[in-house]
Amino acid sequence: MSNDVFVITEHMDGKFSDVSFEMVGKAKELASALGGQAVAVVVGGGVSSNVFASDSTIHVDDAALSNFNPEAYGKVIEALVKEKSPKVVMFGWTVTGMDVAAWLSAQTGAPLAAYAKDVRVEGGSLVVSSQAYGGKLMAEVAPEGDMAIVACLAGSFPVEAGQGSTAGTTMASPVDAGSLKVKFVEAIKPAGGDVDITAQAKLVSIGRGIGGKENVELAEELAKALGATVSASRPVVDAGWLPRTRQVGKSGLKVKPKLYLMLGISGAPEHLEGMKSAELIIAVNTDKKAPIFNVAHYGATADLFEVAEAMLELL
Amino acid sequence: MNIVVAIKHIPSIADDLPVKGNNVDFDSVDFVLNEWDEHSIEQAVLIKEAVGGTVTVIGVDLIGELDNALHLALAKGADKVAKITADDPAADSHMQAKWLAEAIKGMGANMVFAGVQASNDLDGQIGPMIAAYLDMPYIGGVSSIEANGDSATVNKEFAGGAGAKYSVSMPFVAGVQSAPKPPRYAPVSKVRQMAQSATVEKVAPSGDASSGLAFKKMAPPVVTGHAEMIEGSSKEVAAKIVELLKSKGLA
Repeated sequence: MSNDVFVITEHMDGKFSDVSFEMVGKAKELASALGGQAVAVVVGGGVSSNVFASDSTIHVDDAALSNFNPEAYGKVIEALVKEKSPKVVMFGWTVTGMDVAAWLSAQTGAPLAAYAKDVRVEGGSLVVSSQAYGGKLMAEVAPEGDMAIVACLAGSFPVEAGQGSTAGTTMASPVDAGSLKVKFVEAIKPAGGDVDITAQAKLVSIGRGIGGKENVELAEELAKALGATVSASRPVVDAGWLPRTRQVGKSGLKVKPKLYLMLGISGAPEHLEGMKSAELIIAVNTDKKAPIFNVAHYGATADLFEVAEAMLELL
Repeated sequence: MNIVVAIKHIPSIADDLPVKGNNVDFDSVDFVLNEWDEHSIEQAVLIKEAVGGTVTVIGVDLIGELDNALHLALAKGADKVAKITADDPAADSHMQAKWLAEAIKGMGANMVFAGVQASNDLDGQIGPMIAAYLDMPYIGGVSSIEANGDSATVNKEFAGGAGAKYSVSMPFVAGVQSAPKPPRYAPVSKVRQMAQSATVEKVAPSGDASSGLAFKKMAPPVVTGHAEMIEGSSKEVAAKIVELLKSKGLA
């Protein structure tokens, strides 16, 4: 068993995601406290792995793994951690990390702390602070056993601390691609033709509180009066009230507008990932304890329909 | 096609979540169906309608109140429902996944669906764990599944409308992000009818697993910043927001 901290990095189209660098920076801190090394793990070909400030980098360089495959990635990472016995394995709590982290936990018996906002070493042991229940509570947990898996929310640590250069040690994939039950077929590109919400200066963003498709029109009217565009949180898109191109958050788009006016969005961690850098955030929600009020610059506990209609009269 | 949908009954986050000791005070909260499970039930029923088959919905009954969710699933088109009688509101994802995997093992499932996540997945989601316990592959973040014989075409979402198409051999476990259509509505009368006529199979919990997480503390987040709250009636709030936007050149 080692005291190393492994970071399972993520890349798409030859570029690493910010959360990969964030975790490498945090891993250096943890490894130093544990007396081990921070190791960046890169799975897949078609990407240069010499970009991390890690103590070392392992690159499982295989063209067959260039596109994310949850089964293949899981098996590669399982083989790697069984061979190297790290103390901590960090994943991003992302659309790809979520496919592998909990599987690896059940497969190896190592505990997983998900939704991690902070990780630290206290008295030689790992302590993880995680968001729970849509951000309404924070849990402090201590993983038991020889190896812990920590899945981190994007945006929890600074990106810069993980950027640098460390030449990777290349490894062949231990997984026979022919034996896989999950096969990548093709990439799906976003449907074109709709507005690009990441390019808008002002967004009126609606959440579950909008109640139904018939009420989206009110948000559209308010957006028009403000010279803004309507965006939404995931439940609105999943319900089919707005197209996927309007979704802000973890499984949607990241936006940084001058104005982000939120109507009926409670502020789950997944949504915050996509909008917390907006310059001015105003939230209207009926739940005075909605987590969004800890992030918004201005807030009001009010009925969004009444507020929107009254604003329309004034604009 | 034999589809099993594993659901999670979770504390509602619509209300306050009181804390007792180092965990949620489970006696003081309402339990609801995980919202993503509505999508996995819908996805299962859509496949049944397309190619035929059976949909079985199963969940761990943590507080003896799962029947409502199961009756609703029947009203929406599920054929069979079952509950694992655990009576342990604090059962974590590992524990629930183990019990579910043991119960699903003998069902001969071609596909097992679970919601892609739940708000109490502190130790991870049940979908990937059920896959590991059943030695099946897992794919999550799924937005559509089409069954073609002994494999399925599965679309997985990445972000902003981008994603990828996979071909997955059965049996497998999928974490459903959203069904291709919004979850259907079931009239109350139909749910009531199911409640009166349907049989909920009871399964005793079998197997053992644990998250391996020791809870040190659970508390509302320490607020480092808080919105400046705009008080008053809705009209006053609207007026103040418009004034604020005008002062910043945003309206």
